Amino acid sequence: MTHEIILAGFGGQGILSAGRLLAQAGMMDGKQVSWLPSYGPEMRGGTANSSVVISDKPVDSPVLSNASALIVMNKPSLDKFEAWVDKDGIVIIDSSIVDRDVKRKDIESFLIPATKIASDMGNTAYANIILLGKLIQERQIVTLENFEKALYVVLPPKKHHMIPEEMEALKIGMNYADK
Amino acid sequence: MGQKLLMKGNEAIAEAAIRAGCLHYFGYPITPQTEIAHYMAKKLPKVGGVFLQAESEVAAINMVYGAGSTGTRVMTSSSSPGISLKQEGLSYLAGSEVPAVVVNIVRGGPGLGGIQPAQSDYFQATKGGGHGDYKQIVLAPSSVQELYELTVEAFNLADRYRIVVMVMGDGILGQMMEVVEFRDKEPIERPDAPWATTGHGCERSQNVITSIHLSPAVLEKMNLSRLEKYKQIEEKECRYELFNDEDAEFFIVAYGTVARIAKSVIETARQEGLNVGLIRPVTLWPFPRKAIDKVMGTAKAFLTVEMSAGQMLEDVMLSVCGRKPVYFHGRMGGMVPAKEDILQKLREMKEQLG
Repeated sequence: MTHEIILAGFGGQGILSAGRLLAQAGMMDGKQVSWLPSYGPEMRGGTANSSVVISDKPVDSPVLSNASALIVMNKPSLDKFEAWVDKDGIVIIDSSIVDRDVKRKDIESFLIPATKIASDMGNTAYANIILLGKLIQERQIVTLENFEKALYVVLPPKKHHMIPEEMEALKIGMNYADK
Repeated sequence: MGQKLLMKGNEAIAEAAIRAGCLHYFGYPITPQTEIAHYMAKKLPKVGGVFLQAESEVAAINMVYGAGSTGTRVMTSSSSPGISLKQEGLSYLAGSEVPAVVVNIVRGGPGLGGIQPAQSDYFQATKGGGHGDYKQIVLAPSSVQELYELTVEAFNLADRYRIVVMVMGDGILGQMMEVVEFRDKEPIERPDAPWATTGHGCERSQNVITSIHLSPAVLEKMNLSRLEKYKQIEEKECRYELFNDEDAEFFIVAYGTVARIAKSVIETARQEGLNVGLIRPVTLWPFPRKAIDKVMGTAKAFLTVEMSAGQMLEDVMLSVCGRKPVYFHGRMGGMVPAKEDILQKLREMKEQLG
């Protein structure tokens, strides 16, 4: 089984760290993983994306031209990457920012107002985690146990006190029922 | 094997260098390789080494020349425009036979170009970007694990042959994260360096490190002895990977990130009845001509794929030497070859050749 995941949005939404969390947790699950960020000037306020591959076999290419899963946190990213999603692939959309659903009928989509939910929780920085929650719930990409452990590796120690809340955000995402 | 970490390619290079006993790093920041300098700045002082951000790339390579002259392990890293600035120093290092490791995480050019991945410094790296008859070993990793292993190896090769070894990756390799499994103990070979300028203590004659030899006869003789060394390296140090080579008819030749993209095409190609194999040079100089010879029996044609206008292509053509057709697919400026385009090129080759 190979998961090819694209996460895309604005710089500052936690797109890159969400990808790193998946890769780190995947590695802890004993899978082969790769994480490739967009880099350069677009990181500062422009669009950001990262490609994550989690597989039972060695990762051929970290460079994706299609995806089994897509998380989008802005509209330009949905416009760009919707066509990249495999048939029967999954798209998770932050509907507080993106005002449309997918156009395709052959893919599955979930609309979650993640930024709004996170803001109600008191910190918009949890939006990426809420969206990851839905993806993990629907596709079992990584185990919860190792996702939590991954938070301790990826987040700097000064943010470790936030991890219980991050896990709560993850569960909100997992249990969110849309449509 | 020991510890497993999820690491950026650039960090893996820096960690590898420290594990290999590199004590000095001189550099100047440039995207997409600056994490190497960050890592060195943080870690080198802790192992008793020296990190120094030079005032320019030219200064950095000359600091490498100085530190290398004392026989200590030293490294610099940069990306394409910065590596161009270092060419004079690389020629001096070659002329003085001072070992050093130089990392180039290539970005699109020419000029200041862009910051996205490219392989367009192949000529500069393998044919001699500086002046004079010289060579440097060029290693081309294609994963973060290999960035680590080949960087350690680069220091061994540099010392073994008193030569500059360049580790050349593209921006993707520098920026991506993958799992690296570190060895508990590195396979470090450190031959004696009786040539090094370490202070004679009135017990031996002076060692002189220089590349100036005004007598034509002497200079030619030194060049000839270096050619002998280069010949030895060509015989002993060619490295490559063959994939699906048993009975393949079409061979993709690609290195670095592009080799991985090519590999991912092979399964789909097989399903379409295209029997494709891969030759992945790991040393770009010396170029692994043997790999080409090895597959000549079943090969109908070769397809070189690069993030350049076709640079390694020339070495492939020289190795194939007219025996079979050689095709090319390349992207430039930071664009990355897509699987589908490689596949399409293979289909066209099959159609033309039957």
